[in-house]
Amino acid sequence: MTDRIEQRINSLNKRLNSEKRFRIYCIGAMSFALAWVLILFLNIFSSGYSAFYRTVIQVDVPFLNLIEDTTQFSEMSSEDINNLSMYSFSKKAIYGLFPDIEEKKDKKMLIRLFSIEFEQEIREFLKSNKSNINETETIYLTASDDVDQVNKGNYPRDLDEDKRRIKDIQLLFFDDLVDRGLVSYEFNLPFLMRGDSREPELAGVGGSIVGSLFTILVVLILSFPIGIFAAIYLEEFASKNRVTDFIEININNLAAVPSIVFGLLGLGIILNTFGLPRSTPLVGGIVLSLMTLPTIIIATRASLRAVPPSIREGALAVGATKMQAVMHHVVPVAMPGALTGTIIGLAQALGETAPLLLIGMVAFVVDVPQTPLDASASLPVQVYLWSESAERGYVEKTSATIMMLLGFLILMNLAAVLIRRKFETKW
Amino acid sequence: MKNIKIKADNLNVHYGEKQALFDVSMYMEEKQVTALIGPSGCGKSTFIRCLNRMNDVINICKVQGKIEIDGNDIYAPDMQVEQLRERVGMVFQKPNPFPKSIFENVAYGPRIHGIAEHKSDLEEIVVNSLKKAALFDEVKDRLYDAGTGLSGGQQQRLCIARAISVNPDIILMDEPCSALDPIATARIEELMADLKTEYTIIIVTHSMQQAARVSSRTGFFHLGKLVEVDKTETIFSNPSDQRTQDYITGRFG
Repeated sequence: MTDRIEQRINSLNKRLNSEKRFRIYCIGAMSFALAWVLILFLNIFSSGYSAFYRTVIQVDVPFLNLIEDTTQFSEMSSEDINNLSMYSFSKKAIYGLFPDIEEKKDKKMLIRLFSIEFEQEIREFLKSNKSNINETETIYLTASDDVDQVNKGNYPRDLDEDKRRIKDIQLLFFDDLVDRGLVSYEFNLPFLMRGDSREPELAGVGGSIVGSLFTILVVLILSFPIGIFAAIYLEEFASKNRVTDFIEININNLAAVPSIVFGLLGLGIILNTFGLPRSTPLVGGIVLSLMTLPTIIIATRASLRAVPPSIREGALAVGATKMQAVMHHVVPVAMPGALTGTIIGLAQALGETAPLLLIGMVAFVVDVPQTPLDASASLPVQVYLWSESAERGYVEKTSATIMMLLGFLILMNLAAVLIRRKFETKW
Repeated sequence: MKNIKIKADNLNVHYGEKQALFDVSMYMEEKQVTALIGPSGCGKSTFIRCLNRMNDVINICKVQGKIEIDGNDIYAPDMQVEQLRERVGMVFQKPNPFPKSIFENVAYGPRIHGIAEHKSDLEEIVVNSLKKAALFDEVKDRLYDAGTGLSGGQQQRLCIARAISVNPDIILMDEPCSALDPIATARIEELMADLKTEYTIIIVTHSMQQAARVSSRTGFFHLGKLVEVDKTETIFSNPSDQRTQDYITGRFG
């Protein structure tokens, strides 16, 4: 008798131990996955956060050299100011930082500490403050990419001079400016507002954010209604036969088609046959809709199938038509699931790159698009473009763009979870 | 002899290859409760679902024969099934209120049929239906709470109110008490006694005691055939078929 009890206890201990081991495996697997996510995030964040601030250098601009009386600026229109010749004036203002240098070569080196648009920046300052210009104004000019990177400590200063883009004399100037307290950081608003640029310090993600938003909007407008209606038809109205089986198989196949194939389709049919404008969010959205549709259809069908049939019967039994039963009772219950599927599909579309490369959304676009019919980049393509650029400044910009992209994806997935939580029908 | 409300004539039903009903012929009297009993899978639910054509939604279901309600063939080509279901309400085995408010549950039918012209009419219909279903007093303070938050018995009475709301002649009840406890069951049975003054009721039940308590006529189904149909007292005291005798005495089923 006691033997049997002992045997039971032994066997029970064995089972409990194996359960413990199983738990450890599961926790291990989860930690492994989580660790990689953390490494990814840390890596991107550590190299990307510095793109959100930029180096500026204080320059005293003697406007009195441009005009006899600075109050006269207030009477000038923006166009008048645009017509002012300010190039050599701006350069002289910068030379004023080091009045002692004489050699032309050194002066050129000094100018190169600043971004190429210094004249434009002084002009913009003048335009926005024209009614209130003093004889001398302190203006914060954007530093060049090299100076920016040196200031952020991303630039190896100890390399031989001929291996560096930034020269020894420029470093001397820079260190002196730092000692005089003229070099500072400010929040990199232009990075968020501007389009792409050949100069890393002037390049921004604004254009690709707007491009991505337009693209996603087109995807939403096209694939949400089509996906929902297709799913409702297949799930609620279509009779189950070979044709609907065939359609179902093909929708599942569509979900598994490599995305670049959709890009080829867009290139061949949407651009070449229908002649829609190249490189635009409209075409990008159409192509990505093809990718998103199966996701939406599959998710919507699953949530329609999860609605208990008794609800349909209840509606039919009081004399509702089939359509009324579906639209009044089944679809509202299935909607949170359908919306979740849609948002996940949109998030996929947001991060998709390959098809956009083929329809020309990989173009170098400086302007921020105003409509879905303007040529534009998108966030993932911007990552691709910048990751290939040689300039050091694009490294942090690439990571920062990935951060923006991940931020949008997290926001969308969060929205999906919240919608599901809030609107889910409780039985 | 009461008026005959429903008459089934040589009804045969197939689900694909499988035949579920064989030559069922019976009639049901107006403003009476008719009970259908029999073991599981005997075809009684199939039969009752033919009466409001709920079987139409099942693709493979094929109905042959004739069912007349007030002398009109409900399987005639010009019969509109939505109109038929307005006249023949149904209460299901498991309470299935819509996941909406109590008010909306009852108001849905009148609204889609355009029965109530004004909002006040609709409110009146809802209140009356809930009263007839003996639910109003319990829910009058929370008409806009979710119908799915009620207890099982209350949910089933809500479904009865929903069936009543479109003012049908006939109410079909497919094992309405099988998911309920004895107290809720007793309430539904009381309710049926009240309702039969206005409505013709057909009830499918597994409980022979329930059939005996509520119905005036009872039909016994077995293996898709209607074995016997007669006055309830006769069925339970002096059945003419041996199978009925065996079933009601508990020898099978």
